[in-house]
Amino acid sequence: MPVALERLLNRIAFGLSLFVLVSPAILVFFWMLSLSLKNEVDNTAWPPVFIPNPPTLANYVEVFARNNFLLYLWNSIIVTGGAVLFGMLIGVPAGYGIARSKSAKSAVLILIARMTPALSYLIPLFMVFQILGMIGTKSALLITHLVITVPIIVWIMIGYFENIPAELEDAALVDGANTWQSFRHIALPLARPGIVVGGILAFIFSWNNFIFSVVLGGKNTRTLPSAIYNVLTFEQISWGPLAAAALLVTLPVLLLTVIAQREIVAGLSAGGLKDG
Amino acid sequence: MTDSPALAASASSRKLAEKPYDFSRKYWLFALPAVIVVLSVIVFPWLFTVFMSVNDWKIGGGMDFVGLDNFRTLIADERFRESLFITIYFTILAVIIPIVLGTVAALVFHREFPFRGLLRTIFVMPMMATPVAVALVWKMMFHPQLGVLNYLLSLVGISPSEWVFSTSTVIPTLVMVEVWHWTPLVMLILLGGLAGMPTEPYESAKIDGANSWQMFRFITLPLLWPYIMIALVIRTIDALKVFDIIFVISEGGPGTASETLNIFLYLQAFQFYKIGYSSAVVVIFFTIIVALSLVLLYVRQKTKWNA
Repeated sequence: MPVALERLLNRIAFGLSLFVLVSPAILVFFWMLSLSLKNEVDNTAWPPVFIPNPPTLANYVEVFARNNFLLYLWNSIIVTGGAVLFGMLIGVPAGYGIARSKSAKSAVLILIARMTPALSYLIPLFMVFQILGMIGTKSALLITHLVITVPIIVWIMIGYFENIPAELEDAALVDGANTWQSFRHIALPLARPGIVVGGILAFIFSWNNFIFSVVLGGKNTRTLPSAIYNVLTFEQISWGPLAAAALLVTLPVLLLTVIAQREIVAGLSAGGLKDG
Repeated sequence: MTDSPALAASASSRKLAEKPYDFSRKYWLFALPAVIVVLSVIVFPWLFTVFMSVNDWKIGGGMDFVGLDNFRTLIADERFRESLFITIYFTILAVIIPIVLGTVAALVFHREFPFRGLLRTIFVMPMMATPVAVALVWKMMFHPQLGVLNYLLSLVGISPSEWVFSTSTVIPTLVMVEVWHWTPLVMLILLGGLAGMPTEPYESAKIDGANSWQMFRFITLPLLWPYIMIALVIRTIDALKVFDIIFVISEGGPGTASETLNIFLYLQAFQFYKIGYSSAVVVIFFTIIVALSLVLLYVRQKTKWNA
């Protein structure tokens, strides 16, 4: 009997710690959803209304109707999409080159690049773009976002290519293939999971980036995160549309997290250190 | 003399034998495009920043070489020293709490239980969510009169807090958001560590009659220690450079009560346009981060922590 009691107490303690760990995440996302689905009266009611009754989509309609939301969405897609694409094109071969030539020094450089604060790149890049007259252009933003995407893709790809046995390629090289062919036909297909992980993480960190667009984005070229901060917060102080916009901005990333949960967990615990 | 042809032959045959494995010189070509990009958007800014930090830049393009004057002014700047203190205060809290909670979370999610995958996804979500978006929601939750957090406090009989609207509570409140945001990363790192752990020590400890606390204290914790060190360094670097959530939620205020180094840096550079001065801040900041990164790399190599 005491054993059964102890087991029961154990289970209760376990359930309780699980609840304490998960509930803050649920609270914030639930509240975001709740605010976005309630009218203004319910949003400022005391005591607060938790379940929208009846739920309304008016806030979402307002986000699209009163702001250039679609323009900012397009900016985000161009900047993040472009930065991930170029990041892949140059980052994947670079990861291969570094992994095969075992150059630890370039790996250190990449790590430091991942670790330094974004603001430290921004001051000099801001000056350069000012001289070139590129402040407020999407191309300037896209180039700056390479600071985020290239290091993470290279870093992840080094890990994946290192795990592909070199013997596989040696055989091809002995048979007369050149290094490009052995990369293209042997290493690259085997490293496909790494490419997926690197691409997803690069997308998320680039999409979430705020500071680059705050400094370099123009009125019509800013990306979504700085747009909801700059435009929506000043033009309307009401909570409903703001929560709706916030949810829309983070929705692609949250969906990706749910869909590609396994890849993201693998990538991050494999050494994909976060960016900021 | 007589054996020299034999030596030469063996040397050349060794060369032949080794040749298929010696392709290292061609591989740098693969990295060339990335090297060009990294040099222009990463290394060049670093060097340019160092150059700017020893100059006084005037609006309109003029500049004077001022040596270490920017650094001297900086050390004497009350606001800079205050922001350094605030950053240290924030960092200590925003490192220790996620490490402790993340360890607990990793132990919890290491066990098998119903809906583990779903709950783990929910737990990891804060770390993926767009910081600005969640910061805006937190800001609404912190509202002193209408915020849901003060309502929840009132339910359990705690008097309302001023959250980010008072100088004494602003840093702990921002730490709370940071903990919410980044504990999942600590959990993932430690979960990776737990997954690779041997089971034998636990079996023999069980036979010897150890209780679960003893097993945690004397088996799990020592084995997990290298991973905790990695999490510690990553958390320290991340906490030092926190920007988005502070900028959105408190904007460094009230007054300068939550003005961390990064916020100070932003204001000096893009509000007051003191380019040389803010570059000096970056140089100091950068030195700290590089030192910590090297510690991380050292720990990583020591533990062979890899994919």
